[in-house]
Amino acid sequence: MRLAQHMSVASERVRSIVIEATEFPDLARAYRVMGVPKVVINDRVQFEGAVPEADFLGAVLRAVEAA
Amino acid sequence: MSILTERDRAAVRTELAKLAGPVKLVVFSQELVAGDLCRQNEALAREVAELDDRISVEVLNPAIDRERAAAYGVDQVPAIVVEGARDWGIRFYGIPLGYEFSNLIDAVVVASTGEPALDEATKASLQALAADVEIKVFSTPT
Repeated sequence: MRLAQHMSVASERVRSIVIEATEFPDLARAYRVMGVPKVVINDRVQFEGAVPEADFLGAVLRAVEAA
Repeated sequence: MSILTERDRAAVRTELAKLAGPVKLVVFSQELVAGDLCRQNEALAREVAELDDRISVEVLNPAIDRERAAAYGVDQVPAIVVEGARDWGIRFYGIPLGYEFSNLIDAVVVASTGEPALDEATKASLQALAADVEIKVFSTPT
C-alpha cells in the first residue's frame, strides 16, 4: 500500500504505519482485520483492498471531517 | 544466513540507484518482548543498508530509549521508522518481508527524494489538511 507512505511524505500531518497482521494479532483483532490490505484512518474510516488514489484521498478527507 | 537472495540484492540495488539523499532506518528492538522477530528485523535492515552507503541503521530499545521511542510515537516491536531529510512519518510494525519488502524499498526511495508519486490535486489536498491523520495499513507477507 504505497499510497499511504507517499501521503506521509506529501504532508507533515500524515503518518502511515504498515502493520504486519500476523505478527500483531491483538491489533488485527482489535481492528477486525479479515482481509488484507485493510486500511484504517484515524480509527474512524476503514476499507479493504487496493483502491485508486482519488478514493484513498476521499477516505482520508472523510476521516478528518468526521473528527 | 542472509535473508535476501542475490537476486533480491540486485533488484534492490537497481531501485536504490534512485536515492537522492541519505536515509536512516531507525529499528526498534526489544529482546525480551519479541527476540527472534526483532533480530530478524534488525538483520533485514542491515542487509538493505549494506546495499547502499547512503542508508544507515540505528537500533533503539523502547524500554531504554524511552524518550526517543515516544518522540517517534513507536509503541510496538519490531518496528522500523524510515527517515529521510526529516521524519516523514513512515513506520513499519513487524518484519517487512514478501510483498511488504517492496513497500519498504519504495519507502526508502521516497523518503530520500521527498517527492511523493501522487497527483498534484492529491498533494494540494493533503497539504491543506487541518488535522493530523494516521493511516494504519494491515498487511501480510504474501
